[in-house]
Amino acid sequence: MESESKYKKIVYLTFPPDVSNKPVVCNLTRLYDLCFNILKAQITPRQDGHMTIEIFGDPQAFEDAMSYLKEHRVKVHPITQKISRDEQTCVHCGMCTALCPTRALAVDTVTRLVVFDPDKCSACGICTNVCPVKAMEVFPENGNH
Amino acid sequence: MSHEVTKTISEINARIKSGQAVVVTAREMTDIVRAKGKVKAAREVDVVTTGTFSPMCSSGMLFNFGQEPPVMRASKVRLNNVQCHAGLAAVDAYLGCTEPRRDDPLNKVHPGTFKYGGGHVIEDLLRGKAVRLWCESYVTDCYPRAALEKDITLAGLKTAMLLNPRNCYQNYNVAVNLTSRIIYTYMGPLKPGAKNANFATAGALSPLFNDPYFRTIGLGTKIFLGGAVGYVLGAGTQHDPKPKRTERGLPLSAAGTLMVRGDLKGMNPRYVRGVSILGYGCSLAVGVGIPIPILNEDMAFFTGVSDADILMPVKDYGHDYPQGIPRVLGHVTYEELLSGRVVVNGSETAAVPLTSLSMSLEVAQKLKEWIEKGEFTLTEAQERIVSE
Ligand code: SF4
Ligand code: SF4
Repeated sequence: MESESKYKKIVYLTFPPDVSNKPVVCNLTRLYDLCFNILKAQITPRQDGHMTIEIFGDPQAFEDAMSYLKEHRVKVHPITQKISRDEQTCVHCGMCTALCPTRALAVDTVTRLVVFDPDKCSACGICTNVCPVKAMEVFPENGNH
Repeated sequence: MSHEVTKTISEINARIKSGQAVVVTAREMTDIVRAKGKVKAAREVDVVTTGTFSPMCSSGMLFNFGQEPPVMRASKVRLNNVQCHAGLAAVDAYLGCTEPRRDDPLNKVHPGTFKYGGGHVIEDLLRGKAVRLWCESYVTDCYPRAALEKDITLAGLKTAMLLNPRNCYQNYNVAVNLTSRIIYTYMGPLKPGAKNANFATAGALSPLFNDPYFRTIGLGTKIFLGGAVGYVLGAGTQHDPKPKRTERGLPLSAAGTLMVRGDLKGMNPRYVRGVSILGYGCSLAVGVGIPIPILNEDMAFFTGVSDADILMPVKDYGHDYPQGIPRVLGHVTYEELLSGRVVVNGSETAAVPLTSLSMSLEVAQKLKEWIEKGEFTLTEAQERIVSE
C-alpha cells in the first residue's frame, strides 16, 4: 500500500461538451481505486471542460484509468511539457517557492539549490511571473488558456 | 588593547604574492574557529572571503557616451527607452537600476510584471548587446547639437562604471503579511495571514556580518564587484552607525551599508543581473565579495560568525511597513530561516529565501581563487566607516 500510494502524476484533461457533465473523474476512484486532487478546473462558455488533476495510486490502475478516460473521449495531456526551467538563467534565489502551490519548486535544504520537479508541476504558471529573472517558461502549445 | 596575534595588511599581501597566504571562505572559517578557537585560527588564516548575490535596488551605471560632432550637452538621456539622470556635464549620465521603461504599464494591472528596466539595460550591455541611446537638449553657443540617437555598446562607451550608493545591507528584515489579502512587495510575494516569511542576505557568508564594526572595511577597500575588481567608497546611504547589537556585536536590524564602485567593462553578466520583481518593479542583482584580513584574533572571532548567531527582525509588510511603523514581531535566526520553517506570532510558517546562497558562495570562492593565485591583493582602508 505504501509503495502504491507513492505513484503520483499530474495530467491535464480536456472534455468535449457532452462529457463535461458526466462523472468520469469520479469513476477514477470508483472503478480504479485511485485518489485525485483537482488543481484547476474550468468549463468554457462552449461547455468544453478543462481540468488539471493530480492522481495517486497503483501505476497499472493509472494506465487503465487513462484508457478509460480516452474511451470516453477525454483528451489526456501529460503536463510535463508545459512549464520548464531555463537552467542557464535560474540563479537559485528561491523566490518562486513562495507561491508554487504543488511544491514542484522547492529549496533543497542541503545544497541550497532550488529543485524543479516537473512531475509535481500543475502548470498553473504562477512562477513564470514570480521568477525575477524569467527562468520559468511556459509552452502554450498544449492548451490550458 | 593588546592581541596575541597581530598581522598587517602588507605582511598578508607579501604572503599573497609569494603564494603562501592561507585563504578560506567565511563558511570554512566558521568551522575553523569553532574547532580551533580564535587565536589558533588567527595564526593560521590570513584572509576570509565573503560573498553575497542579491537584488540591490540602490545600484546603477554612471556613463559617458562620447561626443558626435557637432557636440552636445544632453538634458534628457534614455537607453532602450529607460530614462537616465542627465543633470551632469555634457555627455555624462546615470542610469538607475529600478527605472522602468517609459512605456511600462507599471501596476495598472496589478501586480505588474516590470519586464524591462535600468537593471536589464546594464545586463544587456554586459552581454555585448547594442542598446539604443536617445538624447535631447537645448542648444548653446558651445554645444550646438539638439538631438542624438544611435546604438551604443559597452565597448564603445568612453566610461561605464557601476556606482551603487547603497549595497550589502548588514542584516535585513524578514517580511510577513498579517493582512487578509496577498501582497506583492520588493521582498517578493507575501501570502495573507503570514503564510510565508521571505528573507534576504547570505547569512554567515555575507560581508558585513563578518566585520560587524567595520574594523577592516572602509573607503578604499578593494572588493569583488560583479565579477571584476571594485572598491568601497565609504558608508552607503541610510547607513546606521549605532544599531542595537547581540552580545557578539551583530546588529539586530538592517544597519550598515556600503557605497561601491567598479569598472563595468570588466564585469561578468553572471554576477550582474537585471531582475523584475512582481508588483514592485525592476532592480539589479549584484554579486559582491569582500576579503577580510585576519589581522588579529578579534577578526578571527568576528569571521567565525555562524548562521545560528544571526538574529533577523520579522516585520509586517501588510500594514506596518507601508505605514512606516517600526514594530518588530520578533527575531528569528538565519539558521532557522534556512531550515524552511520559522515560528511567527506563535505559528509555524514557510521561510522563503530571496538571496541565492549558491551564487553567494560562488562569489566568495571566486574571490578566494583570485587571492590564492596572487592576482588580488588587499588594500588598507583610507577612512573608517563609523560603526559602534
Ligand atoms: S525564482 Fe527563478 S531564479 Fe529564483 S529559484 Fe525560482 S526559477 Fe530560479
Ligand atoms: S507552474 Fe510553476 S508555480 Fe505552478 S506548479 Fe508548476 S512550478 Fe509550481
